[in-house]
Amino acid sequence: MVKFARLQLQDDAEGEDVVQEAIEAALGGIDRFAGRAALKTWVFTILRHKIVDVLRTRGRTVQVSSLGRDDADMDDTFDTLFNANEHWQPDCRPRPWGDPHAALEQQQFWQVFETCLDVLPARTARVFMMREFLGLETDEICATLALTASHCHVILHRARAGLRLCLTQGWFGTEPAAC
Amino acid sequence: MLTCKKATRLLSAGLDRPLTPGERFSLRLHLVFCRGCRAFRSQIGLLREISQSFVRWGGDDKP
Repeated sequence: MVKFARLQLQDDAEGEDVVQEAIEAALGGIDRFAGRAALKTWVFTILRHKIVDVLRTRGRTVQVSSLGRDDADMDDTFDTLFNANEHWQPDCRPRPWGDPHAALEQQQFWQVFETCLDVLPARTARVFMMREFLGLETDEICATLALTASHCHVILHRARAGLRLCLTQGWFGTEPAAC
Repeated sequence: MLTCKKATRLLSAGLDRPLTPGERFSLRLHLVFCRGCRAFRSQIGLLREISQSFVRWGGDDKP
């Protein structure tokens, strides 16, 4: 949770603070909750709201670094999946993942998923998490990070393509490792 | 005719904004003939499901 909050807020101290606040808020109403899993879910829900609040308050003050080399590396890797006509290389064509829902039940799958998130460039991961973890709309993400809409879409596409390939290679094994 | 690379961009954009009728049409046509892009579509949709499960389980303590 602290790692997630730090990455989202780009500030270690503030990240720890919101986690602390979320836990306190959750404990304040603990009698309403039974069961450990429910409590965790609840704390995380509160945490998400607190992070969104902080991001909204900050508005456009967030520093956005320019496109790093890591982003370029990811784009190069993505390009190698295609031939000159921009169609999939036969070996690298995506193939259906075997029983993805069974994977969600396995602890090791989540380790692979976290690792795949960790290897994304920080800002790319952050935009992906704002969209898919916090459920923010693209407009809001663009405004918070002072990005154009098209840049936001480029970043989300890069993140999805990267995570897709990483999970394919790290877990599902449905495409050759060379892709 | 849409290339696969462009199709992946539209498939991703479709998760974040409504596609225009023209975009939807060219994408639908492409998907009829392209199983690679069909798999890509289903996998980026699964990424959304996976992310939601990840959040539901608290980010660092899975079932």
